[in-house]
Amino acid sequence: MSDKPASAPILETRGVTKRFVKHLDLAAKIVRRLGADIREEVVQAVENVDLTIGQGEVVGLVGESGCGKSTLGRMVAGILGPTSGEILFRGASILESGNTQAREAALKVQMIFQDPFASLNPRMRVADIVGEAPLIHGIISRPEFDDYVDEVLDRCGLDASFKRRYPHQFSGGQRQRIGIARALAVKPEFIVCDESVAALDVSIQAQILNLFMELREGLDLTYLFISHDLGVVEHLSDRVVIMYLGRVVESTTTEALFDQPNHPYTQALLREVPRLESRHSEFLPIKGEIPSPLDPPSGCHFHPRCPHAMPRCRSETPLLKEIRPGWLSACHLND
Amino acid sequence: MSRDGRETRYEPADACASAAGAAAVTRPAGDTLIVEDLQTWFFTKAGVVKAVNGVSFGISKGEVMGLVGESGSGKSVTGFSVLGIVDPPGEIVGGSIRFQGRELVGLDEIAMRQIRGSRIAMIFQDPMMTLNPVLRIDTQMIEAIRAHARVSRAAAYARAREVLLKVGIASPDERLKAYPHQFSGGMRQRVAIAIALLNEPDLIIADEPTTALDVTIQAQILYEAQKLCRETGTALIWITHDLTVVAGLADRICVMYAGRDVEQGDVDAVLDHPMHPYTFGLIGSVPSRNRRGRPLHQIPGMTPSLLNLPPGCAFRARCDRASDECHREPPVLEYGCDRRARCFHPHFEGPS
Ligand SMILES: Nc1ncnc2c1ncn2[C@@H]1O[C@H](COP(=O)(O)OP(=O)(O)OP(=O)(O)O)[C@@H](O)[C@H]1O
Ligand SMILES: Nc1ncnc2c1ncn2[C@@H]1O[C@H](COP(=O)(O)OP(=O)(O)OP(=O)(O)O)[C@@H](O)[C@H]1O
Ligand code: SF4
Ligand code: SF4
Ligand SMILES: [Mg+2]
Ligand SMILES: [Mg+2]
Repeated sequence: MSDKPASAPILETRGVTKRFVKHLDLAAKIVRRLGADIREEVVQAVENVDLTIGQGEVVGLVGESGCGKSTLGRMVAGILGPTSGEILFRGASILESGNTQAREAALKVQMIFQDPFASLNPRMRVADIVGEAPLIHGIISRPEFDDYVDEVLDRCGLDASFKRRYPHQFSGGQRQRIGIARALAVKPEFIVCDESVAALDVSIQAQILNLFMELREGLDLTYLFISHDLGVVEHLSDRVVIMYLGRVVESTTTEALFDQPNHPYTQALLREVPRLESRHSEFLPIKGEIPSPLDPPSGCHFHPRCPHAMPRCRSETPLLKEIRPGWLSACHLND
Repeated sequence: MSRDGRETRYEPADACASAAGAAAVTRPAGDTLIVEDLQTWFFTKAGVVKAVNGVSFGISKGEVMGLVGESGSGKSVTGFSVLGIVDPPGEIVGGSIRFQGRELVGLDEIAMRQIRGSRIAMIFQDPMMTLNPVLRIDTQMIEAIRAHARVSRAAAYARAREVLLKVGIASPDERLKAYPHQFSGGMRQRVAIAIALLNEPDLIIADEPTTALDVTIQAQILYEAQKLCRETGTALIWITHDLTVVAGLADRICVMYAGRDVEQGDVDAVLDHPMHPYTFGLIGSVPSRNRRGRPLHQIPGMTPSLLNLPPGCAFRARCDRASDECHREPPVLEYGCDRRARCFHPHFEGPS
């Protein structure tokens, strides 16, 4: 039941699941013994995700805040281990630490983090943040260090004369570009971009997105592009994967998705894209309850908000099924 | 000009219509905040970074002003200046910030702390500037309420819970017991928004508050922001690079470039008829206006370094309308009705 990308897969996830469990402390355990209704809190952040990404593809990953995008991205980048399931980079598992392939994959798969400030060491100068890893891994030699750092910073639209500064001396968007420069500096083959252009104004955003596309052409880079900005996703991606509360609910080519979204959640998402033309809008609060990942709705997670919900949706989880070649959707309406 | 019959300070429409030509600039007006010729500089080892170097705007009760501009143009530092939290080597070296008639530049820290968090709140671009990583969310929110109001813990808890629901956080009781690292990026951002809303301040400076939020949650937040402005008269400065959000939410727009306000006016006027060449290029770069897969329209060239900025218009090297004249400081000219641009050769037609 995997979708088929046009080219050979560079990355595959098989049944990947991540649960965060908040264990009870001793007091809570005693109280529970005495009969109080206390449970361990479990967040099912990612549930049984199968994803296949072809060499050179750009896959957009879209979904509501808290639905598990960053968690999935971190697992793909090998930063976080899954609770269950398997992740393969060029056919080999990236989880068996110690084997050379896994170590190689760690360098070849880079992540640009959503929260640039938390992910940049505040005590390191920008030059070292960007240049240290390439130096350690022998991508460049010591004498090449300065020129290389300047070149990478320049490509990311950063003034190289600021490279002796520390991260807190930069604006939000400049920090985001430092994170991008650090990831690109080790010459990766696969990049997980987590909201990587969210804090950039459209002109610099355009510069970075154009850079991403250039690198894809020139170096055959592959991207998993996490973004809430549907305009950006539509512009950049070949394929889009939509997640809702930890599950993939739809996956198909960008054209198909934007032309005829199949899943009711995707449809709802596309309806609300803000536009330059809509002025003085009357914003409306979310209808229905906002689902909690701590206590997800039964059956189809989307049923409390779905305009087409049927009795069956409450009890039965819809499977992610191929509704047309290369097009997957998880909704009972397709039966 | 106002949609809901609110008192605004705009002149009647016909008074604005006479504005084909430029006039000398009037001083910024507004009953909540007036910032005039603000200059905030950083004295670094490498030289003086003039992060904010001449910014003026005014904002009235219930008004929403979008503050947009290039990354690094001084938007956040403008916000920090209003809040009085510019740290050395940064310093406000000139200009004035009047909040409800009271001068904030030079105000002592004790008085400033009274205003901060209760009358003026800021939603930081980086939510971890608001959140303490080692404290539970409930502790932080209850603390924020009780620092400014004498209420019981229970009442403060109830208020915290209510505000979390407003920003779309489900299971608030469980979430209140959690630590910041247990939240997703967008959830942390929403908690920071919730903290700013707690005390219903008179002015909120929201710095890129919804960058990481999907459209449905974003609409929910914008709904709450709009409601707050209309019902309690809170004035809102919404700092963002996202013109589509500004289009829907703001009454007015102020565009910054290299530490200066380069254009401001009514949201429709600025978006439909941008005058400053930078604004003009900015609107052309919005992805939805570009064709899929094609390179996006880019403003040519790079943002100038704010270190030792040469005199004259800072946009000169990237501007297709630049002339010799632009080596001098461009004047701020008023084109009727609170519409101003800092440029020798502004556009008078809409974007193509
Ligand atoms: N502590 C500091 N020391 C030196 N320069 C600084 C410091 N803080 C900010 N700056 C500089 O001041 C300028 C304005 O920064 P600011 O954070 O206001 O930009 P911004 O408009 O908010 O940009 P963004 O959209 O990227 O967040 C930037 O060029 C930045 O590098
Ligand atoms: N370390 C952690 N401990 C406990 N729960 C966590 C942890 N990290 C993430 N979670 C939970 O997992 C869920 C998914 O989080 P994730 O960061 O993957 O969301 P996201 O889709 O990236 O959202 P956003 O768009 O807001 O960044 C959330 O409910 C979050 O609270
Ligand atoms: S399965 Fe049912 S509730 Fe879920 S999206 Fe389809 S129709 Fe809606
Ligand atoms: S003043 Fe001159 S250089 Fe500056 S924006 Fe206007 S035309 Fe361009
Ligand atoms: Mg995330
Ligand atoms: Mg900023």
